Amino acid sequence: MANIAPQTAPHLSTGELKADYKRILRRETRARAWRMRSFYGLLLMAFALLAVFKYAPIWGVSISFLDFNFYDGILGSAWNDFAHFRRLFQDPFFYRIFRNNVVLSLLHLAITFPAPIVLALLLNEVRHTVYKRTVQSIGYLPHFMSWVVLSGILREVLSPSTGFAGWLFTQLGLDPVNWFTNVETFRALLVGTAIWQSVGWGSIIYLAALSGIDPQLYEAGAIDGTSRWQNALHITLPSLVPVITILFLLRLGNLFEQSFEHVFMMYNPVVYEVGDIMETYIYRGGIQDGNFDYTTAVGLFQNVLGLVLLVVVNQITRRYSDFSVW
Amino acid sequence: MALVATRTSISGKAFDSVNYLLLALFALSIAYPFWTLILQSFSSIDAVNSMRLKIWLDAWHLEAWGFVLQDDTIGLAYFNTIFRTVVGTALTLLVTFSAAYALSKRLLPGRALLTFLFVFTLFFQGGLIPTYLVVRRLDLINTRLILLLLPAMSTFYIIICRNFLMTIDESLEESAVIDGAGYWRVLFQIIIPLSKPALATIALFSAVYHWNDFFLPLIYVHDDDKRVLQELIRDLMMDLSLLQTDQFISELTEELRESEQFRELMRIPPKAAQAATVLLTIGPIVFIYPFLQKYFVKGVMLGSLKG
Repeated sequence: MANIAPQTAPHLSTGELKADYKRILRRETRARAWRMRSFYGLLLMAFALLAVFKYAPIWGVSISFLDFNFYDGILGSAWNDFAHFRRLFQDPFFYRIFRNNVVLSLLHLAITFPAPIVLALLLNEVRHTVYKRTVQSIGYLPHFMSWVVLSGILREVLSPSTGFAGWLFTQLGLDPVNWFTNVETFRALLVGTAIWQSVGWGSIIYLAALSGIDPQLYEAGAIDGTSRWQNALHITLPSLVPVITILFLLRLGNLFEQSFEHVFMMYNPVVYEVGDIMETYIYRGGIQDGNFDYTTAVGLFQNVLGLVLLVVVNQITRRYSDFSVW
Repeated sequence: MALVATRTSISGKAFDSVNYLLLALFALSIAYPFWTLILQSFSSIDAVNSMRLKIWLDAWHLEAWGFVLQDDTIGLAYFNTIFRTVVGTALTLLVTFSAAYALSKRLLPGRALLTFLFVFTLFFQGGLIPTYLVVRRLDLINTRLILLLLPAMSTFYIIICRNFLMTIDESLEESAVIDGAGYWRVLFQIIIPLSKPALATIALFSAVYHWNDFFLPLIYVHDDDKRVLQELIRDLMMDLSLLQTDQFISELTEELRESEQFRELMRIPPKAAQAATVLLTIGPIVFIYPFLQKYFVKGVMLGSLKG
């Protein structure tokens, strides 16, 4: 491979040499591909699954432009001149789910996202190792439970008649709130339970970053007589900024995606006004009611929006930092 | 020293106290609901429906546990979940590792394009309905197989595993080849033993996913005999909330209401049976979790490596 061209063919021109070189390189690549054929074999399983369950559905997205029916299939169904998309923009329910996705995304970004940072900072101030470990271990637990289980547990604890929340509110002389069927409190319920479920697990990555801070910084601070508050503000928090930035950008990239499992296990028709999201709407309209083509259009709208957002965010971060998603 | 001094100052102590208290409240907000779940599974109807702080029970009733442990539906759901978790995780590992190993070969012609084909699906997917239609077309609705196949290929796992494999020194492999080892021998005696940490992490996350997932059964599998634990709990929650309404009971025929079976069923608080089922479902995770916690934590760091 090392001594391919020049000395063996001194009579050729530069152009011919280049062509020759390319030809030899191609032949070499082909030979190498053949030699390494068993590796392509290893890829077969993953590729078959990729083709069937990832790329075939992408081709299937075309039904959002068709009057789809099963007998005619994708190629036989008629082009419908964007009727699904025109319907989408006139559908009051579409406006509702779109608004709910946006509102929930922003709430999660503003409240759920910073929560693990705060927890990590608080845990970082604990010097009692056993105490810290115990809180951490208990804190991770909900992350390993499904929303089916968690919603069952939460329904019980938050129940206005038999739960702890009901008991507490009565003790405080307040009217117990029915969190699951109250339009005014349902979003708070979603955000609160999302924090409850994910804050412990989310703090791991920040704690790892905190443990990497050079202790000399604190020693220098001690010599200068900084207070703990100053340490937290000027040493600890700035050391977290790179991690926070990366995670924030990754979160921005899929900002509009909500957790189907979470919302699906918490909501009910009474709170659709504030709780119904694109994902649950697609499930009900597509899987339950069989409006395949229209709900595919809704899904495509969401996908494209997410992709555009990701590209924009990535361009901006690429310009202003050395971090990029791709 | 100054650090110590600030810790012993009054404001420092006040902060510490508040901080310890806040963290204790946080831990309690998680531990207490799980504790009430245990209490509930041993409760009588009156205890379940009473409005008071539940810390301990006056009387421990075992009826709900007896009912749940004898119930065939729960046994079957347990089997279905275990089957899905074991076979599904094995399949995920097989698919992930073989693809990742191939993609980790720097000299493999077409490697960049192949990797791109995988990574592309992270950014754009067909979505729920087109995927559902493909599965329906393949006649895989209502089969156990679909619960294994759909999660088997995860681009995310493949990239994590590939990145890990690429950190293994290639000269190790070369020297083995020079010593006369074939591809397979290199794979089984050098690569796989060295990738144990990555494989263990992927296996753990995949197993937890399979154990907890109810989305795939919700969409694709509706037969009662293929129902997994998570689906069973969901059904129980919906059935029981129905059972508890007086309206439902008043709609039953006199005959059915007076039947021995119905009376027996009504003696067990539905919520206690539900709590016992939930405990049976989360039990295995809670028990193995303390032993595996550090691997999970390591896995987070592995997953956060940029691809």
